Amino acid sequence: MNIIILILQFIFVPIISPFFIGLIKKIKAKLQNRQGASVFQIYKDLWKLLHKDEIISNDASWIFKIAPFIVFGVTFVVGANIPLFSSNLPIYLSGDILLIIYLLSVGTFFLALSGIDTGSSFGGFGSSREMTVSAIAEGGLLFSLLTISIIYGTTNLFDISSGNIFASNHFILSIILAFIGFFIVLLAETGRFPYDNPDTHLELTMIHESMILEYSGKRLALMEWASANKYVIFTSLGANIFLPYGISYNTGILSIILGILFLILKISFFSFIIGVIESRIAKFRFFRLPDLLLVSFILSIIAIGLIN
Amino acid sequence: MLHLITSSIGFYFVLSAFLIGALGSLILSKNDKYANIWSNFFSILGSSTGLIFAISVMITGKTFSFKFNSLYQHLLSFAFNIDMLSAFFIGIISLIAIFCSFFALGYVKHFYKNYNIGALGFFYNILIGSLILVVTSSNAIWFLVAWEMMSISSYFLVVYDRKDESNVKAGLLYLIMTYVGTAFILFAFLLIYKYTNSFDFSIIKSNINLIPLVTKNFIFIFFIVGFGVKAGIIPFHIWLPLAHPAAPSHVSALMSGVMIKTGIYMFIRIFMDILQPIPVWWGITIIIIGSISSLLGVLYALTEHDIKKLLAYHSIENIGIILLGLGSSMIFNSLGMISLSLLSLMASLFHTLNHAVFKSLLFLSAGSVINEVHTRNMEEYGGIIKYMPQTALFFLIGSMAISALPPFNGFFSEWLTFQSLFQGITQLHSSLSWIFIIAVGSLAFTGGLALTCFVKAFGSIFLAKPRSQEVKSAKESSLSMRIGMGFLALFSILLGLFSGYTTILLEKVGRGLSVFNETFSSISISGNQLFKLNNGFSSIGASSVFIFIILGILFIIFIFKYLVNRDQKIKTGKTWSCGTELTPRMEITSTGFARSIILIFKGILKPSLQSDIEYHDFQSRYLPKSITITFKVNNVYSNYFYKPIQEIFNGLSMKVKKIQSGNINLYISYIFIILIILLYIIL
Repeated sequence: MNIIILILQFIFVPIISPFFIGLIKKIKAKLQNRQGASVFQIYKDLWKLLHKDEIISNDASWIFKIAPFIVFGVTFVVGANIPLFSSNLPIYLSGDILLIIYLLSVGTFFLALSGIDTGSSFGGFGSSREMTVSAIAEGGLLFSLLTISIIYGTTNLFDISSGNIFASNHFILSIILAFIGFFIVLLAETGRFPYDNPDTHLELTMIHESMILEYSGKRLALMEWASANKYVIFTSLGANIFLPYGISYNTGILSIILGILFLILKISFFSFIIGVIESRIAKFRFFRLPDLLLVSFILSIIAIGLIN
Repeated sequence: MLHLITSSIGFYFVLSAFLIGALGSLILSKNDKYANIWSNFFSILGSSTGLIFAISVMITGKTFSFKFNSLYQHLLSFAFNIDMLSAFFIGIISLIAIFCSFFALGYVKHFYKNYNIGALGFFYNILIGSLILVVTSSNAIWFLVAWEMMSISSYFLVVYDRKDESNVKAGLLYLIMTYVGTAFILFAFLLIYKYTNSFDFSIIKSNINLIPLVTKNFIFIFFIVGFGVKAGIIPFHIWLPLAHPAAPSHVSALMSGVMIKTGIYMFIRIFMDILQPIPVWWGITIIIIGSISSLLGVLYALTEHDIKKLLAYHSIENIGIILLGLGSSMIFNSLGMISLSLLSLMASLFHTLNHAVFKSLLFLSAGSVINEVHTRNMEEYGGIIKYMPQTALFFLIGSMAISALPPFNGFFSEWLTFQSLFQGITQLHSSLSWIFIIAVGSLAFTGGLALTCFVKAFGSIFLAKPRSQEVKSAKESSLSMRIGMGFLALFSILLGLFSGYTTILLEKVGRGLSVFNETFSSISISGNQLFKLNNGFSSIGASSVFIFIILGILFIIFIFKYLVNRDQKIKTGKTWSCGTELTPRMEITSTGFARSIILIFKGILKPSLQSDIEYHDFQSRYLPKSITITFKVNNVYSNYFYKPIQEIFNGLSMKVKKIQSGNINLYISYIFIILIILLYIIL
């Protein structure tokens, strides 16, 4: 039974992530009075890309060739080491918040390098923008997670997700502020509105899409899939740390199934909110983004200040 | 054998190797090749025995002190004290010096026939030897002698490439700043002497109660300025980004990796050992200095497009991170939370070691790139990864380590630093915990910005198309240079993988200080390098992190490369550039890459954009002939710190000028008046 849970934990993020990207697209389509593609369309896209031949730029070096594997591999490792449907796993890496944040940075590092590597101006500017946003988002991300860590007295995500956060009303305001801070960073890190437009290849608006512009075939599939994984990683962090309802505390089959259902429900809820946001507001001008990220940073600092 | 190594004989052997190396290379200076081999052979010999010496002292715990010869009624005695802390720093110095010397064997070749190689070897050996003297001497006067030897030998190395006017200027600034620092150090030691009547560190330490608190605070400030100049803390850092790039690259590596750490060594020696107990505000000051240095250091690094200046600014940033650990250690120490204090000191020592490794690695690989492309301007690089693949790999490892990416060594020391700051937030009360919140915030932003800066550096040096003809003729550097870089890269991985063992060793080093003699450990390390804070706040396992990352990525490569669609065809083609021919001018430059961050932080960096347009017809101003745009970042500290000081000094000089009439009778009357006043005071 333990083995099955472990395997499930490892493959859960990559298996489920395309579904949620499809779900957001579906929600947006419905809000725009369109029929929209099926929620499983992303799986079909990935399958098709994986079976295509590739063209690689002759200016590219081995960094460009290996980056998709590292970027995807990092999301795979991180996805296996955060609480998803169960807070009680037989083994895990460490679940330490700093480790998770810095591991995700490894992915960002190679993603940005691969954008520069082909010598295209789109890729270079995409990398510059990506690094700018992620550098400024780092403070908010760390502090919002730190707020919760301080409340629980541990930085281990599994221990955090197994506690009942609303046991005492004492910290409720801190938690809400930290959650708002986290949500702002979530939008930035997963490249959603108002930071980035995941649907366009228009050079004025794009960050993520311009970095992967030169990829094709298998490597493009891995890059797209990795960004879907990152979306699920961030939303499940938000779901399990700030709203830890329904997560399984033991290894019983029923509670695991319940945990999975709850997680899917919570991420769908996040996806719905993001879908609504993307349909309602416009993308921000690039130089207004730091303001928003600093808001997240300051909210999280206030949240920590309120604990003491 | 071990007995012989961990004694004064072993120590003399190390020093004499450097002395022979120095003198021998002067004698051989007629022949460039022999001088180079001689000097580097002896520096490798000296530093490898130094490393063995340091490790044996640290492992056996056999510390010792000795002095020979007292002059002038024990004012000056050549006293050495090799305790755990000194041994640790000897270890760092030796470790870096070994690989810098290997690198020098190949690197110095391009100076042949241009400059005197014998002199380079002489000052290089003297520098390493005096670094070891600085961290072992236990008498203030003798310490100052060693300190000056270090400063002067490094000055001559900075101005070694003297045909470049700017290097000579940088050297002058370095010399001035160093002497300002030394003056403050001297003054602090004199103040200590006034109360304790001794220059000997151990006597000062036992008589420390004789110094009143107010004087102690002044001593603290003088030491901060004095050693802060050498460590390169902001705002005393202005010499550092100019002097480090000017020196030959293996010397820059030594200066950035090791020499600035002597400032940190003296901070630890004086604040954590000699001047104990210390008030809380000292630690707060150090943390604030650390936060400012780390944040501003990385921001200024982002504005640079000179590769070595960029690295020099990163040294300032990392000194800031080290000071964050040291400052929290001092705060915990003053509050009596000794085991947390030990934890923070370990974090700061660990980062000192790690920074020495990856910063010298980066400087050496930058040096080998400069050696091939003959410029330090990153805008003229590009695509070097195809011409120098191994150097690129070493630089990549260095960049990942300095950006604190797991599983390299930088991550684990930053993790420990973060943990000690987190403990400050959770365990202390409101006003003090805010200091720690600020520190965590600056450390978090520093991490993100450093990552950006190294994406910029690696991207614009090694990736995309070559931006100048020089790049296309670049070749992989020689074997000895690759040995130097390769081993440092290996050490950045090993120190990450075995961070548990390293931490155990560092704890032993910390316990060597008398404040921590009987401290309970606040961290436990189990078999597979798993660190655990004893109050259960955090834990991390170095080897499991390593295995997870490597296996995870290999698994992904295996599945997607060999299982899914195995017979996929891969063609190469052109990069899409909207149908035009792709030229190197289209790719992003390092200035362009960092521009958005510079604009975001324009409140601090004060960037200015100056454009000069020349028109064909000045009257009509329709057809510009040429447009020159200059991006500049204004130096805040020079505008608001150095300029006012300079103005005050100029103003004072102008006032003093008034009493100088040129009339000799007047001067004699001045002397007379002074004499009377002095007699009055004395009698």
